[in-house]
Amino acid sequence: MTVLDPPRTAPVPPSPPPVHRRVTGTLLRWWRRLTAMRTAIILLFLLAVAAIPGSLLPQRSLSQNQVNAYFTDHPTLAPILDKLYLFDVFSSPWFAAVYLLLFVSLIGCVLPRGLEHLRALRAAPPAAPRHLLRLPDSASVPTPLPGTEALDVVEEELRVRRFRVVRRAGPAGPELSAEKGLLKETGNLVFHLSLVALLLALAGGKLWGYEGSILVTEGQGFCNSFQQYDNYSAGPLVEGRDLTPLCIDLEDFRARYEEDLTASSYTAKITYGAPGESGRETTIGVNHPLRVDGDRVYVTGHGFSPTFTVTLPDGTSFKDISVPFLPSDTTTMSSQGALKLPDLPGQSDQLALEGFFAPTGVVQGGVLTSIDPRPLAPQVAIVAYRGYLGLDSGLPQSVYSLDSTQIDRGTLKRVGAANLAEGQSLTLDDGTTITFSGYKEFAALQFSHDPGQVWVLVSALAMLAGLLGMLLVRRERFFARVTDAPDGGGTVLSLASLTRGSGDSGPRFAALTGDLRAALDARAPAPGPEASRT
Amino acid sequence: MTAVELAQLSNTLFSITVALYSLGVVAFCAQLAFGRRPARTRELVGAGAPVEPATDTSQDPVLDPSVEPSRGRRWGAIAMALTVAGLITHIGILVTRGLAVDRLPWGNMYEFATAVVLVAVTAFTVLAVRAPALRHIGAFVMGPAVLALVLIGLKLYTDAKPLVAALRSYWLAIHVTTAILGFGIFFVSGIASVLYLLRTRYEAKVTAGGPADGSGMQIVERLPAAAALDRVAHRTAVFGFPIWTFAVIAGAIWAESAWGRFWGWDPKETWAFIAWVVYAGYLHARTTAGWRGRPAAWVNVVGLAVMVFNLLYVNLVSTGLHSYAGVGK
Repeated sequence: MTVLDPPRTAPVPPSPPPVHRRVTGTLLRWWRRLTAMRTAIILLFLLAVAAIPGSLLPQRSLSQNQVNAYFTDHPTLAPILDKLYLFDVFSSPWFAAVYLLLFVSLIGCVLPRGLEHLRALRAAPPAAPRHLLRLPDSASVPTPLPGTEALDVVEEELRVRRFRVVRRAGPAGPELSAEKGLLKETGNLVFHLSLVALLLALAGGKLWGYEGSILVTEGQGFCNSFQQYDNYSAGPLVEGRDLTPLCIDLEDFRARYEEDLTASSYTAKITYGAPGESGRETTIGVNHPLRVDGDRVYVTGHGFSPTFTVTLPDGTSFKDISVPFLPSDTTTMSSQGALKLPDLPGQSDQLALEGFFAPTGVVQGGVLTSIDPRPLAPQVAIVAYRGYLGLDSGLPQSVYSLDSTQIDRGTLKRVGAANLAEGQSLTLDDGTTITFSGYKEFAALQFSHDPGQVWVLVSALAMLAGLLGMLLVRRERFFARVTDAPDGGGTVLSLASLTRGSGDSGPRFAALTGDLRAALDARAPAPGPEASRT
Repeated sequence: MTAVELAQLSNTLFSITVALYSLGVVAFCAQLAFGRRPARTRELVGAGAPVEPATDTSQDPVLDPSVEPSRGRRWGAIAMALTVAGLITHIGILVTRGLAVDRLPWGNMYEFATAVVLVAVTAFTVLAVRAPALRHIGAFVMGPAVLALVLIGLKLYTDAKPLVAALRSYWLAIHVTTAILGFGIFFVSGIASVLYLLRTRYEAKVTAGGPADGSGMQIVERLPAAAALDRVAHRTAVFGFPIWTFAVIAGAIWAESAWGRFWGWDPKETWAFIAWVVYAGYLHARTTAGWRGRPAAWVNVVGLAVMVFNLLYVNLVSTGLHSYAGVGK
């Protein structure tokens, strides 16, 4: 803002007021204090400072794992920080308090200014100051033209330059006031009101938006419902039945690499459509989400799902079960995961594998590592367990690892381990064979719905437009007055201008004055040498 | 030329640029040293109106190059010539690197920071060509620029490499370019505010009639008047602020298609927001009673500190989605 705070409220009456007046007086004083520019600046800095812990401490909204790790590393400090909402800074009440106060202050400052500006838009430019030649940019121009005609010329020249012009009969002679650049204040107001609109759009998106994520292996799919997602978050006003009916199947996933193994693209071939509908095919990837009716589907990650064929001694076979392994190193795509077989026919024992997948495996000293993210020579290192998996123990457990307490207790026993290349098998003591039959790729997909984001974008662009208007437009006022020349021949024009929002108004005023002189000379019937020279 | 040769040429140009800029700094220092010490009485005239931003520069002996002795002026011209030569090789660094990797040359922290310094030097050169009096701040802009380049070369250097998948988008050209422009312009603005703070302290001492010949005062004496420095700081910030705003909006649009949300308080986003708020605070403070002058200048300096922190800390220490630095790999 390049303007001083204008007076916002009528002065408080000085007489000793009754109680209700005193209360309103106090409120008014506080309101004025809150909406003063000084307070707004303090609140701006508070907002900046309040955001800092959100980037220095791990945040739940970004990574629950990092927050958990922080709790483990700082067992005494973490709960205190948590009480202060320092792991949820951007949804904390104190952060909200700062920005809500700032916005109240902003509205309280901008609304009266807006009303004033509306009035100024309709009002005529203000009357010329009495002593025009005392203004920093001023000049006096003699002309042989009579007063009204000289002012006609000035008015015409100013109108061509898109000034709003008004002529008055002043006490010291006919005068002219002109004004342009009211867009500056308009830009100022648009900028500030757009900020309010942006906040509202943001809030709307948070209330009615939702987001779900899921790992999908090639050949499988999911439908948009909270039950199916691995993780989801939804605004308080979202109801399950409001979700767009959309199903997505992953047909094929491909990661491409440059020669130096920098990932160059991830593309997922999918079919999508309403449940029961034959879907439409499309390809999505990094920077290219699927957009359907305000919903978006993203590829946020990828990995490998090794497939295993497990044959029990009695001949029962589980053919090509694939299970996603989570990448532990994205440069080599070495991944870890677990396969759990809780229901084996004719057996009370459960079977499980914990494993390590290497898309391009190298075994050194019995240890498998991956040297390339591309699946050139896939291998797995697996450890087989038999016993009780603890799935019905009531405690939630990860699908990517086994419950270590069951292993520690001895209820889940290690019964074999091997490094397997594609097609190789591990045979357990009871004759069960586990074959590493191949791999599929999986994509981490994210489904997002945010009804506010279009309005956030519109507000942000309006804000930018307002900002440009505010910073680039100059508000200029120009005054002219005619008086009779002291020596009797023609008239003398006093010119002056007032500019707001520019440091060097001098050269611009000189140029405009020069143009006016030229126009006056052109209009003069027979320009005497003294008129054109001055 | 092959890609490898181009990449090597880029590295050679980097060294040449540092050398040219360093010589430029020496010449700028010589200009300060050999420029005649302005008469104390005339200095007082210039110092009398530090609060009024509309001071006429021609009244200021330091600001009017015609008053400056020819020896100082010659050194100033040499410094400018060296800086412009360095600017050309500096552009060459990025052009050859871009050709070597066949993409925009701001895909990692080394390239980004090099481009930021380029924008800062360009902004200074434009200012110094338009207002020759501003050459007197040359040593103070180019000194940090050379220091920054040396640190970039030593600590952030990354071999020419192709981009990761997430960066392969036309938004790289829009978002990163505007971020570089905003940063480079804010850099000049921040330096101008630092010099303004030094100069106002000096002018206050002179007006108070106190001894103004403490350490470094001879140099401060030859800086442009406080009002001129304040104007440079404000104008550059006014120029940089919409660019930075646009960079943040463009980043949000890109994030919406790359990461699935337009804003997620990723550390880089958080600090970009903090910087935006601080610069908004600066522009407001400069027109608010009680904040005008030195307090506002301090806000601008804090803004620059936030920008630098956002580059160094967030890229090198914290983990987030903007981890494209590629340093140490």
